[in-house]
Amino acid sequence: MADSIDKHKRKSRYTTDRNAPGAFEGETVTRRGLMTGGAMAAGGVATAAIALPALGFALGPMFERTAPSTWQDVGSVDDFNPETYVPVVMNLVPSIGEAGKTTVYIRKFDPSRDTERNSDLPYVAISTRCAHLGCPVRYIQASQRFVCPCHGGVYDFEGKVDGGPPVRPLDRFYTRLSEDGKRVEVGDRFSVNSELERFSPRDPSEHLDGLWQYLYPSRPST
Amino acid sequence: MNPTGMLPKFLRPAPKRPAERPGPKPRPMQNAGAQVQEGGIGALGWLDERTGASPFLRGFLFRKVPKGTNWFYTLGSATMFAFVSQAITGVFLAMYYEPDPSRAYTSAAHITNDVFLGELVRGMHRWGATVMIVLLFLHMGRTFVFGAYKYPRELNWVIGVVLTVLTLMMGLTGYLLPFDQRSFWATVVGVNINASGPIMGPYLADFMRGGAEFGPTTLSRFYALHMMLIPGLIGALIGAHLYLVAKLGTTAPPWLKAEKKSLRREEI
Repeated sequence: MADSIDKHKRKSRYTTDRNAPGAFEGETVTRRGLMTGGAMAAGGVATAAIALPALGFALGPMFERTAPSTWQDVGSVDDFNPETYVPVVMNLVPSIGEAGKTTVYIRKFDPSRDTERNSDLPYVAISTRCAHLGCPVRYIQASQRFVCPCHGGVYDFEGKVDGGPPVRPLDRFYTRLSEDGKRVEVGDRFSVNSELERFSPRDPSEHLDGLWQYLYPSRPST
Repeated sequence: MNPTGMLPKFLRPAPKRPAERPGPKPRPMQNAGAQVQEGGIGALGWLDERTGASPFLRGFLFRKVPKGTNWFYTLGSATMFAFVSQAITGVFLAMYYEPDPSRAYTSAAHITNDVFLGELVRGMHRWGATVMIVLLFLHMGRTFVFGAYKYPRELNWVIGVVLTVLTLMMGLTGYLLPFDQRSFWATVVGVNINASGPIMGPYLADFMRGGAEFGPTTLSRFYALHMMLIPGLIGALIGAHLYLVAKLGTTAPPWLKAEKKSLRREEI
């Protein structure tokens, strides 16, 4: 049984011992093997030279901040009050055209009513994107609540979740007064958790509370 | 027998020079078509001789099918026909459609209202999308109920599942293109549903939108996916799907075995 071939025996380093075709005395790699390997490597480099830039081109927007910071004039200071929300139609993304117009609800900040203390924003601007899946919510003055038509998400006067599937309050926008103090301007969107602490803008359905938030990481693009 | 034939070669008379040799007169010049006809070769024969297509086509088109093959077995071909119809109407729609946020809706309206037969072609594409998905699921159901996904056809089932996903992606990407309020907000919600997946979801949504916000890039991105990437993948996978069907053959309907058993019982 000593003559039987042991499959687990280590093969010799030398090509002549292994009876490799085209073997040469003292070689560890045949010329044929080297050429094949070289041709494969060259092919791999050539493929990567085309594929990697194309892939990066397609995936790049995931890793860069594309939306520029803008301040949009939404009206005079007289247009807004602390009691109710006033809908303003605006384009969140430049040159998105008619289809991309969206509504933003704006009211004056009310220190006696808002639970978010010491806010530096003079106006509260609430996004109409439901925090469940992004359907447009509507403010209903009679009940002082935001209601989503798709899956029954309900938010209170401050945009905090009152019921339904949404995972966090409605997103908000930065607001400021123009330099002469007569116009109201709306800036970038930001997301808030259930304590109204600010986070970078997130997509709907991304949790911002407790351990949940780590499943939905902040990205460079948001 | 010719007596000269008996002679050894060196004793035979020298052959006549070509000019003196009797025989058929040189034929007048003919055109290629007539030559081919005289040789008994048609255009198809000419092609066949150069491509060797006929053994392949014979094997592909004239396969043996099991007893009991019925109309349910045409659902796959019907789905493929729906895809071909989508591809043809899609190419013609692309001649008028402009994937630009400010002009997409106008150009789609132009196709419907102004272009000759535009309403028909757009309608075919719009309803054909639904027809394709319905046929695809019927085909999938047939395969499942008949047990046609079992060995050795598992790989074909897997390819079919990938084709299903790709077809649904066609539905999602195509829905945005008219760029009216319905398609815009439906796509916003569709992308957000993708974003709701943990860990990878937000990145997937960023990839689909081409950034954090739903912008002009999103429309051209969806257009490129809908026009080139996904149809190319679907075409290639349909080729693989058909190859496996031709190679492995189709299955008999499941009730055939039962009939055989009852026959056997009668024989006994």
